[in-house]
Amino acid sequence: MPRHFFEAMLVALLAGLLTVPILGIQIQVEGINVSLEGDPLPVLLAMAAVFMARLLQIPLKAVSGVIRMTRRVPRPTHLPTAYRLILIVLVIVAAAIWPFTASRGAVDIATLALIYVMLGLGLNVVVGFAGLLDLGYVAFYAVGAYGYALLSMHFGLSFWECLPLCVMMAAITGCLLGFPVLRLRGDYLAIVTLGFGEIIRLLLNNLDELTGGPDGIGNIPKPSLFGLEFARRSSIEGGTTFHEFFGLEYSGADTVVFLYLVALVMTLLILYVINRLIRMPVGRAWEALREDEIACRSLGLNPTTIKLSAFGFGASTAGFAGAFFAARQGFINPESFTFIESAIVLAIVVLGGMGSQIGVILAAIALTALPEIARQFAEYRMLIFGLVLVLMMIWRPQGLLPATRPRLELPAPAETL
Amino acid sequence: MMNESNLLAAQLPAPVERSLLQVRDLSMRFGGLLAVDHVQFDVHRHQIFAVIGPNGAGKTTVFNCIGGFYRPASGTVLLDGHSIHGLPSHRIARLGLVRTFQNVRLFKNMTVVENLLISQHMQLETRFLHGLFKTSKYRRAEAQALERAAFWLEKVNLLSVANREAGNLAYGQQRRLEIARCMITQPKLLMLDEPAAGLNPQETRDLDQLINELRAEHDIAVLLIEHDMSLVMGISDEILVMEYGRPIAIGSPDQIRNDPRVIKAYLGEE
Repeated sequence: MPRHFFEAMLVALLAGLLTVPILGIQIQVEGINVSLEGDPLPVLLAMAAVFMARLLQIPLKAVSGVIRMTRRVPRPTHLPTAYRLILIVLVIVAAAIWPFTASRGAVDIATLALIYVMLGLGLNVVVGFAGLLDLGYVAFYAVGAYGYALLSMHFGLSFWECLPLCVMMAAITGCLLGFPVLRLRGDYLAIVTLGFGEIIRLLLNNLDELTGGPDGIGNIPKPSLFGLEFARRSSIEGGTTFHEFFGLEYSGADTVVFLYLVALVMTLLILYVINRLIRMPVGRAWEALREDEIACRSLGLNPTTIKLSAFGFGASTAGFAGAFFAARQGFINPESFTFIESAIVLAIVVLGGMGSQIGVILAAIALTALPEIARQFAEYRMLIFGLVLVLMMIWRPQGLLPATRPRLELPAPAETL
Repeated sequence: MMNESNLLAAQLPAPVERSLLQVRDLSMRFGGLLAVDHVQFDVHRHQIFAVIGPNGAGKTTVFNCIGGFYRPASGTVLLDGHSIHGLPSHRIARLGLVRTFQNVRLFKNMTVVENLLISQHMQLETRFLHGLFKTSKYRRAEAQALERAAFWLEKVNLLSVANREAGNLAYGQQRRLEIARCMITQPKLLMLDEPAAGLNPQETRDLDQLINELRAEHDIAVLLIEHDMSLVMGISDEILVMEYGRPIAIGSPDQIRNDPRVIKAYLGEE
């Protein structure tokens, strides 16, 4: 016991040292004077909390051990196909009806969450399936966003015309980056992609003439519904807007709901494509590559093309989401594409369970919606975020909902082949 | 009949042409160490050829050089008359030379069937749009792939564990799955790196039978590395003995058994 006590003291002291810069110093603003003021109370509270946690670690472990023994990890359930189909349709219908009943703010946050769902699903292919740790994922997101902004600004193309172009641009960027770096593995690949993400951001910041530099690009048009704009007045002479066409009162909420529905359709499209891909030979090859690259080579699978396809597909998904992001925001600048975005998307994938689609969707919703709901804790967002990740690594390293393997029904073996 | 074919063989310009795999002057250097020193041998069609030798003799290095996993310092390797020297390993595999590994390399977190589907990658419909819209062509290809998988699972007696994760199988089952995974690619030459390591005597006898069956029914040649002498002496047509990277003897099991150099290498002098 004295040893535990001593250890707890030591840990508390360490926690005190580490939390001083975060919790112990408050910024005081008086007029134009900014001063730092020490405030020992939060630090002491944190130290006390850490001390207690450390002291009680062993009894807590015993308790959690009992819990774990009684509550086993949920078995993967294989619902019959018909039920699954009905369930999926119900969820989609609910998601489509919901915005008409919810508040404008909630729908807006949900749209943001859907963008992260798209990003999470795309990165899940690269990290979860192919096992390539990509820390510069936001670069492709930026390519999509700037692609749409620039194409619409210079060539007057609409959102729907730009979407496939943005996807292609992001995919090409992905392959261009992928080609030289994919012979790297693990940590080395992570470092290079991290650098690539920063390069793209710095380029956007410094290519003033093309991208507007830190000022960004504004007035990016929103998507239209078959040519019907969502605006009080049409931007083109003689054009019809949505509310005029249907004879409705103009309402700003229409735009928000429409954007949400567009995001929903795009997310469903991505989900469908990914779900097909992972059941196709190329999807299986991605997973095989993650499992054992040498075995892949020994069976005639070319690791370079497989990696490139995963990287290119992940990048194109990010470009897809990026184009929508630019349209939704109406304004983009390099600040939206910092490393922290890549980190959040990666956290979504890890939290959800690598390779698990539903896990990633839930994690994306949780990680974007929760900070909005708990606004008062906004300052500690990153702290809580880190804590959650650490706890996950300890208790559930496989993610919230780990991927399950598909069951394949085998035909009766033939006598000869 | 027998004599006639022998006569025909004798009339051929060079016996070299008949062989499926032809390894000449193969050397591999790791820094100052000559791990493989001028090894040469031929594997003929339908032949079971074994490479034996004490630990560290360079047997696996020979495999890695032939399979394109290492880039040999010198020498030539011909498969079916075509040079495969310096080709990347996946190209060599597609030409019909596949291998198993000394310490089984399965896709451990994937199911047994999936392991067999992956190795059919090259024979499957991989075009994006076909798969995306589940065209009939795609469905047919997938169904055939599953059929082939079922055939091979029955062959190696793994049908009952088809949907289990490969990493959870017993060791002997993992070894058999690895062989099935190679065979499903329809190779010309199968290289087995210590297939009996870690197997019990019964499993070893089954393996012996399986290898003979594969040769008889599927028209392949087998090149194997093995320490289990009863297995090697029982099934091999020809044996190459290596020591310190150098080939010290080559011949039929009987010749090898009585070769003084081999006895010296294995048992030491006096």
